[in-house]
Amino acid sequence: MNAPRTNGSRPTGGRVPRLAVWKFASCDGCQLTLLDCEDELLTVAGRVEVAHFLEASSIRGAGPYDLSLVEGSITTPDDLERIRHVRRVSRNLVTIGACATAGGIQALRDFADVREFASVVYARPGYVAALERSTPISAHVPVDFELRGCPIDRRQLLEVIGAFLAGRRPDVPAHSVCVECKLRGAACVVVAHGTPCLGPVTQAGCGALCPAFGRGCYGCFGPAESPNAAALNARLRELGMSTPELVRVYRTFNAASEPFRRAAEEAGA
Amino acid sequence: MTPTGTSAPRTAPPGVEQPGAHPMLPAPYRVRSRRPDRADTVTLALEPVRGECPPFLPGQFTMLYAPAVGEIPISISGHARGGGYVQTVRAVGAVSRALCRTGAGQIIGVRGPYGTAFDLRAAAGLDVVVAAGGLGLAPLRPVIRELAAHGSRYGRISLIVGTRTPATLLYPRELARWSRDFDVLITVDHPDRAWKGPVGLITGLVDRIVFDPRRTCAFVCGPEVMMRATAAELVRRGVPAGRVALSLERNMKCGVGRCGHCQLGPLFTCLDGPVLTYDRVAALLEVREL
Amino acid sequence: MDRVVLDSLEPLIAVLTGMGYTVAGPTVRDGVIRFAEISSAADLPAGWTDEQNAGRYRLRRAAGPEATGSQDRLETGDASAGDGEQVFGYAASPDSAKRYTHPPRTTLFRLRDGVPEEAGREAPPIALLGVRPCDLAALAVQDRVFLGGRYPDPAYRARREALLLIAVDCATPGGTCFCASMGTGPTAVSGFDVALTELTGPHRFVAAAGSPRGAGLLAALPTRPATAADLEAAEEVGRTARTRMGRRVELDGLKERVAEAHDSPIWNETASRCLSCANCTMVCPTCFCTTVEDGADLADGTAARAERWDSCFTLGFSELGGAPVRGSGAARYRQWLTHKFSTWVDQFGGYGCVGCGRCITWCPTGIDITEELERL
Repeated sequence: MNAPRTNGSRPTGGRVPRLAVWKFASCDGCQLTLLDCEDELLTVAGRVEVAHFLEASSIRGAGPYDLSLVEGSITTPDDLERIRHVRRVSRNLVTIGACATAGGIQALRDFADVREFASVVYARPGYVAALERSTPISAHVPVDFELRGCPIDRRQLLEVIGAFLAGRRPDVPAHSVCVECKLRGAACVVVAHGTPCLGPVTQAGCGALCPAFGRGCYGCFGPAESPNAAALNARLRELGMSTPELVRVYRTFNAASEPFRRAAEEAGA
Repeated sequence: MTPTGTSAPRTAPPGVEQPGAHPMLPAPYRVRSRRPDRADTVTLALEPVRGECPPFLPGQFTMLYAPAVGEIPISISGHARGGGYVQTVRAVGAVSRALCRTGAGQIIGVRGPYGTAFDLRAAAGLDVVVAAGGLGLAPLRPVIRELAAHGSRYGRISLIVGTRTPATLLYPRELARWSRDFDVLITVDHPDRAWKGPVGLITGLVDRIVFDPRRTCAFVCGPEVMMRATAAELVRRGVPAGRVALSLERNMKCGVGRCGHCQLGPLFTCLDGPVLTYDRVAALLEVREL
Repeated sequence: MDRVVLDSLEPLIAVLTGMGYTVAGPTVRDGVIRFAEISSAADLPAGWTDEQNAGRYRLRRAAGPEATGSQDRLETGDASAGDGEQVFGYAASPDSAKRYTHPPRTTLFRLRDGVPEEAGREAPPIALLGVRPCDLAALAVQDRVFLGGRYPDPAYRARREALLLIAVDCATPGGTCFCASMGTGPTAVSGFDVALTELTGPHRFVAAAGSPRGAGLLAALPTRPATAADLEAAEEVGRTARTRMGRRVELDGLKERVAEAHDSPIWNETASRCLSCANCTMVCPTCFCTTVEDGADLADGTAARAERWDSCFTLGFSELGGAPVRGSGAARYRQWLTHKFSTWVDQFGGYGCVGCGRCITWCPTGIDITEELERL
């Protein structure tokens, strides 16, 4: 399990743990997953003090916080300042989602000239203060745990919060999607249908959602613990994927993750 | 038990489960007392909430379950007064941290005891070398206590101990007591100013103790690299490999041979080990990533 | 007991249902044939067969082109399936009986007032129709793991005893099958309640009881004694199937050869093709390894511990002191293959492979264990 671990340090003295949710460059989908927890959300709310969660309320309780959930990637000079502040006021910092963990879709800019984009899109590109690259939170501050996915999985989010409250290691395996695919009894779409699928190199967590419905995995949970993209790419080419298609699929959600960056290069990017 | 320090595979140890009990269900035990040993190490005395606790042999382990956190194998360091186990835990992961936090009166789960034992009967009449590295002293403690209690049954007894720093030395008071009964030599990796003893690898202590290699039985526990080096050195000095017992460590989720994690070649470390003689494991330990 | 002939499976299913069994049999689902609850013989995949090879599985009509049609057609089976068509005319499905005896995830216990309380052991009666001889052999292998040692698992025993096994001799082994090499098929010899041999022209089943429970079941069905011609036809099914194995393994000296191959260069070469995705271990009918999950129900705060399938291909499997013992893909593949063909024998007195071929078929990159053994 090469994923970072929460350090298990909980507030002492029986005080209710304080939770904060932060947003950087992102679509809010991962924060919405927390709101989407419905029944469990009430329980979570009963066991923690939601001290900072602008998506859900206007409360801006001051720090420090016992657990900070951070969504989004770092894309502006202002982000750089803010993430350092978040780290300072957080005992545990957990990134949620592909943006915070691996740059997200916006990390596609890493492979192009961001100023050129800005000049095409904006009338006054001079107002746009964007960094050259979209980088994960861990590139800037120490991260206690990274939760993958675009968006994150509801059960996994509850698991991380539950594990934090219990002081245990979150049960978030780094193995492949294939394990979950077979646990739920889905047939391998590569073998049974010849459908290209990134499951074998992608980290589990989604419950093999796409393969269970006959679709190939798009890799939104990012690289599994020891991905062998070279072997998979050879197979995906046999199934008809072209070099640009391979490059695109590795660069969709987790372009800034090192294994997928290399996978895209291996494919011929 | 064979005379070589390990039982034949899969013979029943003490503590056979009740028929019908699920092998993965922990029994509730109460923490009778909790004694912080070192900065990160705690010794717990555990007693069963109901009934008696099964007897154990030196070298066996239990699976300790920290409620809602998880379960890990921990070797047994002794009998608790009034019936129960003494177990020493170092806080290195979430489960061991939770166990170390457990206070007197609290309930945890216990399964076992499991695994093979250090066979002291095989050492009768022989010189005995006990070699402990770091926390490896914990499972050897019942061995040493037996040696101290019945010294006349054995030949010359030596205890060599390696530890990172003087401050991480386990059971310092007992070590002082044992040093009255037999040779106790301690080496540290990193001495402090007050340290006047040996510095360096534990293998360096083998030359400084007295034993008749062909009539010696050795009990070794510590990090794998330390055990390999110590066993190799003892064998080089002429101790039969079948009389050098090691206590191996592998990832264990069940302790009862069903999870598959602890395999070392043909061996289930939980059932065939943890205590195994060097003749059975030397070749396996040489294989990289086995 | 003498063998009898069944002209239809309909009464069998009806009687089993009447006895309180949930009947599970092969069905066409998601482009594969797999076990699911059935209520009638019409749910069986009449006229369907499969093509299996390394990394490839396709369904097709037994006498027609590959079934590339719509999912609807696959889901419903083809209405045109005639009475005379075989209902067991295909090889191993992606799933084995393991899913029933050793489910992917089982709750071990829940905490009540801080004390572990065992989860229920009650197992609902299930009749599995269409179990292949390789999978019967796999159940025997799993029995040795979960019941044969010092710490038998009463929950496994309950599931096992609640399972009524209706085996079917294999008439059409697949391209990745090698049960004949492993001595586990293609004909069911033991470990079943009832064994069927499917015959055509006319469509009928020769049935034999393998247990008192099976004998009782057959006695409750409309049957007639098997004639010499029926028995000869049944024999012929096995003889023919034996010659149609897509793969073979030479067992002579294999255990020792594998045990001595620690440093073989093939592990690295194979690892270059291996995804470490764990598919082989998940579909394997004998792979028994598990890990534990500690979870808390946030709704009521109840902590529970579950056991779920794990794989020696994951890094966490061998983690010790924060790092995996088997960090390389080569070491993990070596562990798996060595366990199946060498150390399993040391541990349990037999091979950990029954020759079902699933690991070959369901490997996304088509790594073929029989080829790997050949190369050692």
